[in-house]
Amino acid sequence: MITRRRSAAVLLGVLAALTTLGAPPAAADETTPAKEPPKVELVLDVSGSMRATDLGGRSRISVAQQSFREVVDSLPAETELGIRVLGASYPGNDKRLGCKDTQQIVPVGHPDRTEAKTAIATLRPTGFTPVGLALREAAKDLGTGETTRRIVLITDGEDTCAPPDPCEVARELAAQGTHLVVDTLGLTLDDRVRRQLTCIASATGGTYTAVQSGNELTGRIKQLVKRAGDTYDQTPQRISGAAECATAPLLSPGVYSDREQVEEHRAYRVPVRPGQELRASVSVALDRPLGRDRGVLLRALSTDGQELVRGSDAGSGRTDVLSTGLRWSPAQGDGASAPATAADGGTGTGTDGTAQAAESVCLVVSNSFAVPAAVRRAPGMPVELTVDVVDASPAPGGPDLGRGWVLLGVLALAGLLTGLVAGWLARWRIAVWREN
Amino acid sequence: MRTAHLLRTAAGLTAAGAALLAGASAPASAAPADTGTASPGASGSAVPGTAGTSFLTAAALGRGAPVQLSASTGDYLYWAFGAAAGQTATVGVTVSLPPAANRHGAATWTVDVFDGLRRRQACTAGTQTAAAAADAATVSLDCTLRQVRSWAEPWSGDPLPGTYYVRLSATDLPEPDLGLPVRVEARVTSEDGDAEPEGGGLRAPLVPAVHPGATLAPGAVPSAAPPAPSGPSAARPVERARGWFSGISSRWIWTAGGGVLAALLGVAGYSLTRHPRRRPSAG
Repeated sequence: MITRRRSAAVLLGVLAALTTLGAPPAAADETTPAKEPPKVELVLDVSGSMRATDLGGRSRISVAQQSFREVVDSLPAETELGIRVLGASYPGNDKRLGCKDTQQIVPVGHPDRTEAKTAIATLRPTGFTPVGLALREAAKDLGTGETTRRIVLITDGEDTCAPPDPCEVARELAAQGTHLVVDTLGLTLDDRVRRQLTCIASATGGTYTAVQSGNELTGRIKQLVKRAGDTYDQTPQRISGAAECATAPLLSPGVYSDREQVEEHRAYRVPVRPGQELRASVSVALDRPLGRDRGVLLRALSTDGQELVRGSDAGSGRTDVLSTGLRWSPAQGDGASAPATAADGGTGTGTDGTAQAAESVCLVVSNSFAVPAAVRRAPGMPVELTVDVVDASPAPGGPDLGRGWVLLGVLALAGLLTGLVAGWLARWRIAVWREN
Repeated sequence: MRTAHLLRTAAGLTAAGAALLAGASAPASAAPADTGTASPGASGSAVPGTAGTSFLTAAALGRGAPVQLSASTGDYLYWAFGAAAGQTATVGVTVSLPPAANRHGAATWTVDVFDGLRRRQACTAGTQTAAAAADAATVSLDCTLRQVRSWAEPWSGDPLPGTYYVRLSATDLPEPDLGLPVRVEARVTSEDGDAEPEGGGLRAPLVPAVHPGATLAPGAVPSAAPPAPSGPSAARPVERARGWFSGISSRWIWTAGGGVLAALLGVAGYSLTRHPRRRPSAG
């Protein structure tokens, strides 16, 4: 029995263990080598409208400057931070020149805090708002690599330099497959600014926040910078599914990303051996305005085109992704069909006698979305595919023990009958012995 | 008794010993927070927490104290927790809305639960979708899942041991309300029960892969057993200690009791036939 004092001691021990070992997933894999650090770039609008004093009596730029100072001070050790400004240097009226006005004032890396804060302090609201160009340049600053990059865009006005439309730029950057997420913060409640920023955010899987005070701004930027550190290392492998099963790429377990247009089918193949179980799930992100009702379908097909199993989901209303999944394992003890269906294009049959032939299961992702006429279809919507192949789980046998009144009655009856039979046998034996 | 002794020993040892115990009992990353079952009444004080913004980045949600965080209206917040066979999990989310003066009308909030394969899970009880009136200060959502089964046919959609994802979203709201600050409190509790079907088990829980995959060459022969990659993983269920003896269940009592009854009736039946002359008033 555990007494109260003992359980307190146990609690202490477990707490000690938790503080030493029980860290969140991100910290648990520090042993894996050569990991790219999380990268964030803050993009600040320093256009003329930032002079407005509507955030608690202070000007927007001074609130932003103070927030940036606090963020730089509390930057997590491993995070690489850069700062880019737009509309900060050209005071004139020439739109052609004003719309090229964006500079990186702190390069992406571990910034020197004093230098970074000095660079922030010298900013003065000046020029135009070339958001699209600034996003493109920020994506270049962050470079390409394995990890997710985050851009935090802080602006108070809509783009005054379109084209390029910043939302189109965001979609184009997301489609390049560099795992770029743009979080947007609006320093004003203006309708057009909000629409533009929500469009940018949803195109890249980011968030939009309307900021109305300095504390909110600081808290949100810190949260986004921390989020970049928490989640940066899980980026899917980019692939391109085929239209036909026969030419589809062969996948091993893991996470993949792809793009799929409306009404397009994308096929992938996964080798599954007898005694194994295929698990697959798919998410289609809704990165643009679509019709009210929508659906996604994931089908598993055998090599001869027979449907094995399907998963589907449908819905309506505001949502970010539609997702579904499926499990499938080859029927046990049906050895004849496995070799027959293993001839995936004639190339997968060269297995030796000991290895069992793997069947290529074809996964087909399709969708049923309605695209309003004004919305562009290309590039396709982001698809995230997770594939796993594990050992199949056999159906359980019955339980070894019984339960219930029927069981009790049967046992009692069997005991009674056994006793009676044993008794009669004994009497008959005694009778026979006496006669002899 | 045995585990209690083990724990006591560990508490007496140094931090290294305690760490060993934690390492042995909780191999999964998100497991330490998942141990035990919190009673709903214990959810007094919320701790600051995080939430992810997609399935892959879902933040681990532990049993016990609810997590609290600030977010923006319109954000999609994701959490993940592990559920073992026999458990019935209940997810609860409370959203503190921005001041009514800043809002433009009623909004609908929804909590969705998905299994490790991102399949939508039904709620057996609770308010999964709630409409917040234009002047409401908070909106509360909760969802009780089906009991997690120990085994199910691959073709079925039954809940199985593994990761479960929770998504909070504003499914319908006035467009001008997007981006306004909200505070969110999320918690998960669970009740243990007998897992059905008895004797069933999954070789691998429904914990999705999170590592980037690799395409195979067209003629490649996959390895017989794909190696389980170490590193980060989605929230895993805590496996209960399982040996040849699965513990005293009611089946043991019924079966043993039946054996005793059978033995007694056997003796009684034998005595019925053995001494017919000595039985009172019969012969």
